Amino acid sequence: MENKNKFDLRETLSYFAFEVPVKLYRSIIRHGYPDSEKNKSLLIFTNFFLHILPVKVRKHTVKVRYSYCMGGITLLLFIILTITGGLLMFYYVPSTEKAYQNMKDLEFAVSFGVFLRNMHRWGAHGMVATVFLHMCRVFYTGAYKPPREFNWVIGVILLVSTLFLSFTGYLLPWDQLAFWAITVGATIASYAPMGDLQRFVLLGGNTVDQGALIRFYVAHVFLLPLVTTLLIGVHLWRVRKDGGMSGPPL
Amino acid sequence: MSSEVSTTSVEETGNLWSRRNFFSLAGWAGFLGSIGISLIGFTRFMFPRVLFEPSPLFKAGYPEDYTVGKVSNKWKKDFRVWIVRDKEGIYAILARCTHLGCTPNWLAGEGKFKCPCHGSGFTIDGINFEGPAPRPLERLKIAMAPDGQIVVDKSKKFLHEKGEWDEPFSILRV
Repeated sequence: MENKNKFDLRETLSYFAFEVPVKLYRSIIRHGYPDSEKNKSLLIFTNFFLHILPVKVRKHTVKVRYSYCMGGITLLLFIILTITGGLLMFYYVPSTEKAYQNMKDLEFAVSFGVFLRNMHRWGAHGMVATVFLHMCRVFYTGAYKPPREFNWVIGVILLVSTLFLSFTGYLLPWDQLAFWAITVGATIASYAPMGDLQRFVLLGGNTVDQGALIRFYVAHVFLLPLVTTLLIGVHLWRVRKDGGMSGPPL
Repeated sequence: MSSEVSTTSVEETGNLWSRRNFFSLAGWAGFLGSIGISLIGFTRFMFPRVLFEPSPLFKAGYPEDYTVGKVSNKWKKDFRVWIVRDKEGIYAILARCTHLGCTPNWLAGEGKFKCPCHGSGFTIDGINFEGPAPRPLERLKIAMAPDGQIVVDKSKKFLHEKGEWDEPFSILRV
């Protein structure tokens, strides 16, 4: 006690070498070794990334042939699309004068640009397919029935936002295919009630031009991913709350 | 407990609302009101006030430039308009398919307008006769300028299904 203020090198070193790492570890991992029921549960719901998973699942729902993991593959594709899309944004300017050239540069001048662009493109096609197959699986296994009917509704909104993500991404290369696809799509919107107003606000004008390109870009990289991410969170949380993939709530 | 306090205070003072209820309601009204007004503003924000689009008027040369019975592709690239001259006069057709807005082509050999997107076909008058197009092509306002040139106004359309092809300025009689 009398040499409390005296600097002890060995004690200080051992403090930083042994006690600090343990304290750090304990501040992040707040449960014991998962050999008891309690610690197994704590392992899942004290971890942000795992807490969306249920603590227990039914055996038959783990089989690949029960769900073919279509929802999981859709989520994986969404993550791939977010990462590749974020990288593509570094080389793409949503301007009618630059967009097409930027897209061509990504294909021919940027290292791995063509790879990332094709990953984004095929991932987008794949996501539409897996969302559709996921819906088929849910339908054929009757997984839309109570208490899961609300999650089906969220799923339908997610389907629509997936389709809108595809549609808005379609315009961004600003080539002939994109231009006429959006011309046709926007005219389809004008057949709805108050359609001309809808077409006007969708395109930000009367023609597919700079106003339309920037609107589709903002929707594609910000608004729709935001809505989709939020709804995916609710969707997965709802799966867990309703008792996993099938059967009554656990 | 709070409700007890508020009811007694209402009874004692004879006011409609207690002070707490009044400020609570005023707070919510202010909060929801400002959110609502912001939403109206954000909605209005999405509708542009000024559009930088080309003028709907253009001069299309002199009547002598057009031959009777022929469709002129001269202004299609720049203005998306065909000028057609028949025995009656000269009229301007908007080169926009009435199905979903693609640009049709004039096939001189077959004597028809044909849309490449979904195969709609129109006669030289602009009447739809094949494919999914629900109505004839739209005609545009056509007039003679003081200098003798033809002026086309794309902002005024004449629709056949509304019987507007007989109206003045739907055709330039020469």
